[in-house]
Amino acid sequence: MTEPLLRVRDLKTYFVTEHGSGTARAVDGVSFEVQPGETLGLVGESGCGKTVTSLSILRLIPEPPGHIRPGSFIEFEGRNLLTLEPRELRAIRGNQIAMIFQEPMTSLNPVFTVGDQIAEAAIVHQHLTRRAARTRAIEMLKLVGIPDPEERVDHYPHQMSGGMRQRVMIAMALVCHPKLLIADEPTTALDVTIQAQILELLDRLQADLGMAVMLITHDLGVVAGSADRVVVMYAGQVVEQAPTPALFARPLHPYTEGLLASVPRLDAPPAREHGRLHGIPGQVPAATAWPDGCRFHPRCPYAWDRCRAEAPPLLDAGGGGEPGTHTVRCWLLTDPRRRTPHP
Amino acid sequence: MTPALVDVRGLVKHFPGERGLLGLGRPRAVVRAVDDVSFAIAPGQTLGLVGESGCGKSTVGRTILRLIEPDAGRVTIDGQDVVALGARALRALRRRMQIVFQDPYGSLNPRMTVHQMLAEPLAIHRIARGAEAERRIAALLEEVGLDPSFAQSYAHELSGGQRQRVGIARALSVEPHFLVLDEPVSALDVSVQAQVLNLLADLQQRRRLTYLFIAHDLAVVKHIADQVAVMYLGRIVERAPAPALYAGPRHPYTTSLLSAVPVPDPKAQRQRIVLTGDVPSPAHPPPGCPFHPRCPHPKKDTRCRTEPPALREVAPGQLAACHFAEQPL
Repeated sequence: MTEPLLRVRDLKTYFVTEHGSGTARAVDGVSFEVQPGETLGLVGESGCGKTVTSLSILRLIPEPPGHIRPGSFIEFEGRNLLTLEPRELRAIRGNQIAMIFQEPMTSLNPVFTVGDQIAEAAIVHQHLTRRAARTRAIEMLKLVGIPDPEERVDHYPHQMSGGMRQRVMIAMALVCHPKLLIADEPTTALDVTIQAQILELLDRLQADLGMAVMLITHDLGVVAGSADRVVVMYAGQVVEQAPTPALFARPLHPYTEGLLASVPRLDAPPAREHGRLHGIPGQVPAATAWPDGCRFHPRCPYAWDRCRAEAPPLLDAGGGGEPGTHTVRCWLLTDPRRRTPHP
Repeated sequence: MTPALVDVRGLVKHFPGERGLLGLGRPRAVVRAVDDVSFAIAPGQTLGLVGESGCGKSTVGRTILRLIEPDAGRVTIDGQDVVALGARALRALRRRMQIVFQDPYGSLNPRMTVHQMLAEPLAIHRIARGAEAERRIAALLEEVGLDPSFAQSYAHELSGGQRQRVGIARALSVEPHFLVLDEPVSALDVSVQAQVLNLLADLQQRRRLTYLFIAHDLAVVKHIADQVAVMYLGRIVERAPAPALYAGPRHPYTTSLLSAVPVPDPKAQRQRIVLTGDVPSPAHPPPGCPFHPRCPHPKKDTRCRTEPPALREVAPGQLAACHFAEQPL
């Protein structure tokens, strides 16, 4: 296997809460790797720690109240990002690792043209002249499929639709040809038609530019079509990790199972015949008070005594391939008979 | 067939174009947000109204409740002509029709507790006061799956799903017959979305509610709707019973919307039609069929560019506005 592009080991990002009364363990011992050129899906509900994980990689966690705990380790191309000097870090951020955010409305600056905003990174990182950067901005707009790029380059964000703004965000992120793109819920605020366009665009750009993508989403439907591997997060931890086909064919963690069952499907029978979706009851607990034992047990349909008492480690699910290909944080793996048909 | 609870005929809403800076300059073109929209919903049933942002679906929902005044058309709810009503009669009818909004962050008053939000409609419509109001508020919270202790919370203390439950409880407090649900789950995580959809289905059964469910995602609508209407640029382009529409869409726009839904199965081999571009501005709709610039239909011809297709019955109960509805994609 090739050397991973990004290696995250035992990442712990904690926040001191407002009144100083507690500690929110937003990310609590997360490990995963991203291979060059692959798409990794990072999936979980709001409050599971997906976004804090990605912000930690770019060291964009506001300190205080947040801090990355000693012992955490984030390695990009063999360099530990957590020990880099600010200057060295700036050379990587926005250049080799880029990020796009969920809200294309609020992440663009309303008082600059989109061309200026795309050109900025090229001027800062690649020392392009203004003129060359503008030409690059037009190329980027063309690359992300915006019609009339020569005209659009001088437009302001408010003159564009949500889908176009998300394209502009992608153009900004890709202007320096990063090796890793972190896309945090890039399609959540968009119509399904525009979502399909953006996912298709990311797929195409990834193939053309050979970059790796970390696709963060709450919707397993979105990762099914684009990710090579999926990491499922719950309550600040990785609870399941597998190649995409294996995860969908055999979702082993009850949380993954629940997320998959929540996705509204077109191949479901019509409303009157079945009526209900299988959701996950309850909600993600507060990060200041993760439950004891398995953190998912209060919402789990299979939980028994052991789950309440003892926190499960990541266990190897086997199923062909090298050890560690498919891992699951669930006691069911040691006692599969307890996986009774869904209640 | 039972008479419809909600009957909408020829609904029109045009927004005048604004003048340029400082109200000077020539007025811009009229935005034809809703253009001759008709449908009916039988009691206890759900009509799913689907389309992309800017197609006019929310304007339809608000116009039939007269939160926006329609320019033309007839709207009958519970046998009453909504458009002709005076202010007092309209307020009385508002008890029978309520709305739940998309944004659970923007649609709750941040300065009010949940209790105040639920007590207000009870007081305005003189439904209950004092101990009876308390009893009702507790029952409403329980009905939408919230612990009665939430009554003392403010909106910012609640998660998105909890806020949406409060929005639903508030709408139900006046015991309406008809609810407009304007993208009620679009802003929620899929897991919470499933919970809220199940809640809406339960409430509908228990209270015999009639729903107009507005959404941009046909997969979500499939889990709740009996009938589906697809809107594009202010017009309904296809309308059919849900089973017929999902089994055999007749308008290429419906087919494209269906194919845009992500499928949670990496092995699914399917031909995805990715619509290019955005919805055109409703101030300058294309001539002919408004969908023709984005239409993927291989038979598309000059007729599509010049002659607007009428909404016509192409199969029993199924209407489509396409010249090639007999040869669907």
